[in-house]
Amino acid sequence: MCEAIIRVDSLTAAYDREVVIDDISFVINPGEVFVVLGGSGCGKSTLFKHLIGLYKPVAGTILIEGDDIARAEGDLRLRILRKIGVAYQSGALFGSMTLLQNIRLAMEEFTDLPDEAMTLLARMKLKLVGLGGFENYLPGEISGGMQKRAAIARAMALDPKILFLDEPSAGLDPVTSADLDALIKRLARTLGVTFVVVTHELPSIFAIADRVIMLDKRVKKIVAAGKPADLRDHSEDPRVRQFFNRESSV
Amino acid sequence: MPSSSPSPVLHAGFANGTLTFVVDGPLDSNSTGAAWRQADRALHQNRPDAVVFDATRMTYADGAGVALYVHLRDRLFSDAIPFHARGLAGNFRLLLDEFPPDALEAPWRLRQPPSFFESVGRSTFSVLKDAAAQLAFTGELVVNLCRAMAHPRSVRWGDTWLVVERAGVNAFPIVALIGFLVGLILAFQAAIPMKQFGAELFIADLVGMSVIRELGPLMTAIILAGRSGSAFAAEIGTMSVNEEINALTTLGLPSARFLVVPKVLASLLLTPLLTVFTNLFGLLGGLLVMASLGFSPIAYLNELKVALHFGDIPSGLFKSLVFGLLVAGIGCLRGLQTGNGAAAVGESTTRAVVGGIVLIVLADGLFSITYYYLGI
Repeated sequence: MCEAIIRVDSLTAAYDREVVIDDISFVINPGEVFVVLGGSGCGKSTLFKHLIGLYKPVAGTILIEGDDIARAEGDLRLRILRKIGVAYQSGALFGSMTLLQNIRLAMEEFTDLPDEAMTLLARMKLKLVGLGGFENYLPGEISGGMQKRAAIARAMALDPKILFLDEPSAGLDPVTSADLDALIKRLARTLGVTFVVVTHELPSIFAIADRVIMLDKRVKKIVAAGKPADLRDHSEDPRVRQFFNRESSV
Repeated sequence: MPSSSPSPVLHAGFANGTLTFVVDGPLDSNSTGAAWRQADRALHQNRPDAVVFDATRMTYADGAGVALYVHLRDRLFSDAIPFHARGLAGNFRLLLDEFPPDALEAPWRLRQPPSFFESVGRSTFSVLKDAAAQLAFTGELVVNLCRAMAHPRSVRWGDTWLVVERAGVNAFPIVALIGFLVGLILAFQAAIPMKQFGAELFIADLVGMSVIRELGPLMTAIILAGRSGSAFAAEIGTMSVNEEINALTTLGLPSARFLVVPKVLASLLLTPLLTVFTNLFGLLGGLLVMASLGFSPIAYLNELKVALHFGDIPSGLFKSLVFGLLVAGIGCLRGLQTGNGAAAVGESTTRAVVGGIVLIVLADGLFSITYYYLGI
């Protein structure tokens, strides 16, 4: 068994006094596509923001290659952040910059690559996500699906070891969503990076996930973990069955 | 920029017309910058007949490393120089397969600065378009204000009072402070030349007339433009970005009636009121200076009574009414004109403040000329 790239131990997350995630632990292995799923309000986004270091946990640790992102400061924190790339649900591209400039930004700040190299590398990233030719477009000039792909290209700018994607297929049509799933699988295979994806889109989960964990709003814990097909076919837990079979709760 | 430069991983050797690049170590975003420059330098200095890229001892490569390979391959291909690779690892090849020669198409859109004539044309068109938009907005606003007067119950008074509170009541401390300081500074500035002629008592005339007729309404309107005009533009602009304006339109609720009328009505109500307070505090500032010069408050008030005419107060308040209309109107218009994204909201806010102040000063100039000829 290889060393885990992310290790979450006894994580508890809360807003003020309201606990959202209660004492959960799991590991993510290098190179796998790991999906966090669950119904609305179960704490997926909260967990996501803890994993990328935006929020500090009430208790527990989040180790990225052995370093605790929640407690790291200064250079160590910067080193950990260099290992991760994040694509947000809305894309969060900088609206006043072209796609090329969006991707070049991190390169300009953190590498000594020549100007020509940064431009070529940024164009390659765009090509990789199927946006070759769109270098000089502003985010507002392209569709939502293209914005999500551009956000992934920006997240890959510094070749991180781990890519975090928040609801990548939310709000996309089925074809664009399937294209995005195929892209994630292709990037995982080509780049060898680890993907951590938060989603509740069932087709995407079955298309991309090597392993999933499922959070539950009521118990605030992980209620299922494993391969998605196994959970769908063999889980005895009614919450898991309800989720995978899209059963109504009323 | 990186804090330290890593040791070079690319070694160039030239023999018998063949330039060999040996990669020894990781070719990643930390090391590729130096390697890139070194490779370009070696190619420029040696002018080889063939180039070999030896990756046998390359321990790791990321996108930057692949970019260097693609750069060398494509550059040598265009110069018709044979390029050979040795020892490329499996994952490096996998990534390279994504970028065969000519894989990167040229950008579809070139962003070049427009020519002089294009710039002039665009600017002229933009000014005319903006003038048309302002005219249309003014018409729509007038219609909606008339409708509001004819049917007062159609006005969203809850929203109106909320704006009065936020833009008026909450602005009171800053308006009072600025008014007081304006009166104080004006009196102090006047004190020096007046003293030379033994005419310190006339500081009251100067402060009274300046504040009541001019500075009170003007300062209040400028504060309102900076504080509330910008807030109106930002609020409506954010609503526009979030498609809330579209939602209002498709619900059949005209944004002018729903969003603009309450703000304009509130502004019409609160600007004269705030001006009254600016005037009072301005006069108070003058009183403080006069007291420090040894004049009693009664003497100051008596002098004010002599200097000011009954028409001065309503003429100043009428000006402030118009200023309030302009500030709220331009703030709402710029908000409604907001484009996409956060930058557009910032731009609308700036345009609301700048446009508001310019309109206030223009209107003030027109008032001065009109009052002069009317003898007010």
